[in-house]
Amino acid sequence: MTTYPTGESSRRLSESSLSVQRWRQDRGNGLSPQAFLQDINGEDLARFLGWFSIGLGITEVFAPGALARLLGVKKRPALFGFLGIREITAGIGILTVRRPGIWLWSRVGGDMMDLALLGLALAFARGTRGRVGAVTAAVAGVTALDLLCSEQLTDGVGRGGAIRTGRSIHVNRSPEEVYNFWKNCENFPRFMYHLESVRMAGDKRSHWVAKAPAGMKVEWDAETTQDIPNERIAWRSLEGSTVSNSGEVRFERGPSGRGTIVRVAVEYRTPAGPIGAAVAKLFGREPGQQIKQDLRRFKQLMEAGEILTTEGQPAGRARSTSLKFDASSRRSAHAKGAFERSEAFQKEERL
Amino acid sequence: MKANCWYGKHDVQVTQVPDAKIINRRDAVVKVTSTAICGSDLHLYNGFIPTMEKGDILGHEFMGEVVEVGPEVKNLRSGDRVVVGFPISCGNCFFCQKQMFSLCENSNPNAWIAQKLMGHSPAGLFGYTHMLGGFAGGQAEYVRVPFADVGTIKIPDGIDDEKVLFLSDIFPTGYMAAESCNIQPGDTIAVWGCGPVGQFAIASARLLGAERVIAIDRFPERLRMARSKSGAETINYEEADVYETLMDMTGGLGPDACIDAVGMEAHMPGLLGAYDRVKQAIMIETDRPAVLRQVILACRKGGTVSIPGVYGGFDDKIPLGALMNKALTIKTGQTHVQRYFRPLLERIQKGDIDPSFVVTHRLALEAAPEGYEMFLNKQDECIKVVLKPGMTTYH
Repeated sequence: MTTYPTGESSRRLSESSLSVQRWRQDRGNGLSPQAFLQDINGEDLARFLGWFSIGLGITEVFAPGALARLLGVKKRPALFGFLGIREITAGIGILTVRRPGIWLWSRVGGDMMDLALLGLALAFARGTRGRVGAVTAAVAGVTALDLLCSEQLTDGVGRGGAIRTGRSIHVNRSPEEVYNFWKNCENFPRFMYHLESVRMAGDKRSHWVAKAPAGMKVEWDAETTQDIPNERIAWRSLEGSTVSNSGEVRFERGPSGRGTIVRVAVEYRTPAGPIGAAVAKLFGREPGQQIKQDLRRFKQLMEAGEILTTEGQPAGRARSTSLKFDASSRRSAHAKGAFERSEAFQKEERL
Repeated sequence: MKANCWYGKHDVQVTQVPDAKIINRRDAVVKVTSTAICGSDLHLYNGFIPTMEKGDILGHEFMGEVVEVGPEVKNLRSGDRVVVGFPISCGNCFFCQKQMFSLCENSNPNAWIAQKLMGHSPAGLFGYTHMLGGFAGGQAEYVRVPFADVGTIKIPDGIDDEKVLFLSDIFPTGYMAAESCNIQPGDTIAVWGCGPVGQFAIASARLLGAERVIAIDRFPERLRMARSKSGAETINYEEADVYETLMDMTGGLGPDACIDAVGMEAHMPGLLGAYDRVKQAIMIETDRPAVLRQVILACRKGGTVSIPGVYGGFDDKIPLGALMNKALTIKTGQTHVQRYFRPLLERIQKGDIDPSFVVTHRLALEAAPEGYEMFLNKQDECIKVVLKPGMTTYH
């Protein structure tokens, strides 16, 4: 885990929680109004659910009789033991893993199992129907919390179809150089291969064209909401955009002047319907992965001056690269060959 | 053009492939005049290293004449005679600027595969696995050299190919292994494996002032070469217990530094050797680290273990307890070849060393498959095979 100099203890957070916090700040700034529930701190909630899981699990394992009486169901120590172990496992998972999304989802699965069992109990209950009903309602409540928490702490698709994610990368250039390259957003298609073009339209406005599957195009206008030279650039799409999105990039000077750590965080909101589906596909099921690749290419451009590819090299088979192993390079080269991309090179070729 | 391609375990073929061409702006195309088969090519040949694809052009030790340069290559022109280093390095990233060229951040288009396995990706390599970039190699008539402005050294006319060819890999690799031993006056260095890298590690340990060098192998001709070319003492591990002999030779101290120039396919008689073979065969262990175990046990307390030998994945029964309690230092890594280009070329020019001493066989490029078989089985006392595109007769 990265530690920062003293005096900046508030920044002593893991990268993921840092971006979670920023999203919360952005929401606070009214960037994207969200449901009240989402302002509950997802990580606190996860910690609560983790301990709750372990507590309940221990009760199920060690005091099945007492628990059965309390719930108003038949005493079944083996079943309770199994359920208890499930709870404890999920609890430990949630409390020990940095990104507990999958364990939280396992709790949601467990809740479904519990609700099904309670449903059975309700059907066959004699005399304790009221009690079982109340317990079922309580479990339903916990299920809602689990769902909410799982959605909040899962990288990717969040509530209301918003996709949010972030990544960082070290670039061996000064923040000034990195900022200057990034500031000119017409450079973006050189390393963001899903973009066709970005055109500046005035001081703060820009027009974006992205490629979508089946030859479709998606266009939108964006504006720069903040521009602190060499530190931060933030943007958001304008009202009426097909792809509502916002994001920021921060340039942190590396320790002892060792280059720059570039941190990108973005949020997309895709519309319903076929275009929305296309856009969702465009950004991939793992939008973080897309940003990671974009940033890798950005780093290569900044450091090496070009994005190295093997597409077009000779090989003793039909294609120059390997379908199995070179997926990323092939995709990128196809999207728009790094080679053809460079106009200067083509000029030289013509000479 | 013709190129030697990998098609599977023990299957390489020289076939007709499309010509090499400039793809990126910092590329050059080199017409290969000499190329060699490396011990690490044998790891591929034996099918032990994953992410190879049928049709991959092999070869990462090569030199030749520049025939075309990309617009961003300012320090080369057509006609230049160059040796190409096996790691592909951008020259500008954090690692390249620290002269750790084999750790370049920007030369592996498939960095994500390596990252999954190893946490980070090293540099892309010529003619190796797709995990390390899947770049077409130099056992061909022509080769595309990415980042050619950083990855080449110009060779003046008048020096034979064979004297400088090994600047591409095995000479710097053996040299770096010896340099990693931080040799002090009076030091004894033990080198496991007397293949070409081992020979250069032995020779370099001598160049760097080691008082005694002890070479370990089982092939008489290789041990003979270590004795005659570098004045090493030798142990044939099939005839003597290595640990006992080393202790006897050093009065129980152990060698000050030990070099593992064998790597993942160590041959080891006995039970532990069989154990590794079985585990490797059923793919629950990727490497056979028999030599590494022996090296750690034999090294003097507080000494250095230097590993130029290639390891690919996950290894069992490594005596970490001995490593820790004996306070050993481990130095390893793919060679930062470009760092050694100039100093080693100077040593060759001064006559400190003539690297061509390891060459035992010269074949036409078309004979590459025979070369692999010969090198693998050490037929005809084979130690190093040089392939010559354009050569028509066998020497």
